[in-house]
Amino acid sequence: MFGKLTFDAIPFHEPIALVTGLVVVAAIVAIVAWVSIKGWWPYLWNEWITSTDHKRIGVMYIVLALVMLVRGFADAIMMRTQQASAVGASQGYLPPEHYNQIFSAHGTIMIFFMAMPIVIGLMNFVVPLQLGVRDVAFPTMNNVSFWLTASGALLVNVSLLIGEFARTGWLGFPPLSELEFSPGVGVDYYLVALQISGVGTVLTAVNFVTTILKTRAPGMSYMRMPVFCWTTLASNLLILAAFPVLTVSLGLLMLDRYLGFHFFTNDGGGNSMLYMNLIWVWGHPEVYILILPAFGIYSEVAATFSGKPLFGYRSMVFATLAICIISFCVWLHHFFTMGAGADVNAVFGIASMIIAIPTGVKLFNWLFTMYGGRVRFTVPMHYLVGFMLTFVIGGLTGVLLAIPPVDFVVHNSLFLIAHFHQVIIGGVVFAVMAGYTYWFPKAFGFMLDERLGKMIFWCWFIGFHLAFMPLYVLGFWGGTRRLQHIDDPTWQPWLDVALVGAVIIGIGIVLTVVQLLYSIKTRDRRLDVTGDPWDGRTLEWLTLSPPPHFNFAVLPDVHGEEAYWMRKQTALKKEQLVEEPDYKPIEMPLNTPTGVICAFFASLCGFAVIWHIWWMAILGLVGAFAVLVWYAWRDEHEHVIPADKVAELERERRRIRSEQIPTWPRPA
Amino acid sequence: MTSEAAAVGLTHEASEDTGLGHRGPESKSIVVPYGFWLFVLSDMVLFSALFATYATLAHATDGGPASNELFDRTLVAIETLALLLSSFVCGVAMIAAKRGNMLWTQIWLLITGLLGAVFLFIELYEFATMIGEGAGPQRSAFLSAFFTLVGCHGAHVTAGLLWIGTMMAQVWAKGFQDHIMRRMLCLSVFWHALDIIWVAIFTIVYLIGTLP
Repeated sequence: MFGKLTFDAIPFHEPIALVTGLVVVAAIVAIVAWVSIKGWWPYLWNEWITSTDHKRIGVMYIVLALVMLVRGFADAIMMRTQQASAVGASQGYLPPEHYNQIFSAHGTIMIFFMAMPIVIGLMNFVVPLQLGVRDVAFPTMNNVSFWLTASGALLVNVSLLIGEFARTGWLGFPPLSELEFSPGVGVDYYLVALQISGVGTVLTAVNFVTTILKTRAPGMSYMRMPVFCWTTLASNLLILAAFPVLTVSLGLLMLDRYLGFHFFTNDGGGNSMLYMNLIWVWGHPEVYILILPAFGIYSEVAATFSGKPLFGYRSMVFATLAICIISFCVWLHHFFTMGAGADVNAVFGIASMIIAIPTGVKLFNWLFTMYGGRVRFTVPMHYLVGFMLTFVIGGLTGVLLAIPPVDFVVHNSLFLIAHFHQVIIGGVVFAVMAGYTYWFPKAFGFMLDERLGKMIFWCWFIGFHLAFMPLYVLGFWGGTRRLQHIDDPTWQPWLDVALVGAVIIGIGIVLTVVQLLYSIKTRDRRLDVTGDPWDGRTLEWLTLSPPPHFNFAVLPDVHGEEAYWMRKQTALKKEQLVEEPDYKPIEMPLNTPTGVICAFFASLCGFAVIWHIWWMAILGLVGAFAVLVWYAWRDEHEHVIPADKVAELERERRRIRSEQIPTWPRPA
Repeated sequence: MTSEAAAVGLTHEASEDTGLGHRGPESKSIVVPYGFWLFVLSDMVLFSALFATYATLAHATDGGPASNELFDRTLVAIETLALLLSSFVCGVAMIAAKRGNMLWTQIWLLITGLLGAVFLFIELYEFATMIGEGAGPQRSAFLSAFFTLVGCHGAHVTAGLLWIGTMMAQVWAKGFQDHIMRRMLCLSVFWHALDIIWVAIFTIVYLIGTLP
């Protein structure tokens, strides 16, 4: 009846996992109770859960990502504590099988359920606004994508309390991840969760590529798109081309585990290096999927806070597309030690170094944007400068790793760990923190506290360097990754410094929550009345904060490269806004529970597959299909916002803007 | 273009001519098939990964049967004919739908589905015969790769049949509304794409595989 699922699946004998799991369950119960008592369910259901508004979906992605950041960070601090306390004679407090689950969960969660959702969340919120349109191309599918991602995140976290998680690292390499060596459900949790969220990610990519290529405001030709839209386009093209390969690699491993196929097994002619090749054909573009939108955020920040157009816009676009293509030609540098021969290694080594060139172009562009500008050192600008310092070092250690003979020495060492955390934290995390601060007022109509924001930046900046610089040293000394116990007592001081660094990052994360709560509490004195608090240059600052559901009463007519900046300068020169247009009724997509019900069935099916409960798996599939057919049968597609309502909202915006014209900053 | 186009800001406001994209957002009749095309392209990437896997493992027979001992060219020829013909009929169904002819649309869609079912039936027969001969997917890495590549195409055909059935019911119930026609277009794109993949499978797996 319930397949492999019995009461033994609850980790009664592992106090840490059990207590953590129970605390999480208690927290969820408390939140549900709180929402029920307050009577917020109808609001949450109608305005958020079933929403097809790209802004709302974007916010939900970011909330999911921040929750997962806490989960992933908890794993990180446990690892650092274990390593600092398990030197020499001491064994620390985490047994190997638990420690292995923690580092696997940390990597999986941070990449798939923290970095991806937060980047996709920012894209969701920003891109339609920057393009000057009212929503993404497929609003309902957008909601489905979000809930499928949430479904994957749910399954990974269910493994905390029911069963176990994978012990095979964040990419689940065979033959270790084959049934013979990992007979438990851990690897199945990993595989199923990623398959479900992967579907959501591919749908997101279809959505964004279509949105950017086919739905832009009139006059916004390709070379007038903000750089963030360009990098989003490149990143989603990469998703389209790379994620199917992830689906295949994980799918083949599932066939091995569930049906006894021989793709990556040691017997039957299987070839585990095939898995390495397939997964890294996805895996290397994946890091560019994350970093390209980050580059886009830095470009927006650099231009806005330097009060200048972005330096070298065209070279930025070409660098983005060059990275997009070259990122598919470097995957083999993840396993130079495979033994493909000197020629193959040389080709991939050189390709990996070449990709540093367009990245360097971007760096100089940001520097020259700042040069001669009126730089305002706001929180996002702190992250930009911190990023440039950190990322250059991370990039250079990457170039070192791209040299095959060097890689043979430091392959899978702590040096590698330090390298990729340096580019991902220094690159992606700094960017999303900058983006979060930069676009927060647009989303909620008030600013985040600046002083706390700077403290958070310094926590991340100092904490990161303390936590990872020692790992470079230990890597050179021969420290391999994923050590549950350390033999050499001379490493102790370095591990202690790393732990201190992690604690400082932890303080930064706590302060992020404090900043959010404090800013909400004091929002009355930090309101963004004008909708353009940073003196921005792109179209999202044209609307009020938060924008109306339809974003723009009339789609903006774009003239020139910086659509909004030009419009603003014209208004300032003429001392008046553009002529009032003719308002028309606007049709907007209806909200729908399709996404959340579909994801419910997907989770059900996923859970059933993990535990071999076949009737439930079929039920889940049939349920998901039935929901889609039910949705396809709808007759009402859109709801209409009448013209007088549009006019009323837009006149309010025009009134605010007109009042602002005399006080607005004039360029020098 | 008026009401449907306005849904996600899809209006054609006048603007200066700046080349590509100057007119503003495209209408849904462009946007929807375009998005579906992108999905089909990513599906092609999925198949290309499976082809790569097959090519890597084609000779990893582990002492078991090799490809030129297993495949029956005649059977595969009939199979191929059925699928290609169903694609042609699908095109005819689209023409009937464009003319708003309910009866013929239903008939042609039904024939499309039936031919697809014939294809699927032959494929399952082939699979069953091979498994009966002890050449199942658990036998060797080569056979794992074969069953996965061909089976994945078969799974797509199955999904297509499900879609055709749903589409027939929907056309019957809703008539030839704009959004139904868009779905029909996507269905035919999907069905033709499966043909393209089959041609590759036919060549790489069956033709090359039956060389002496």
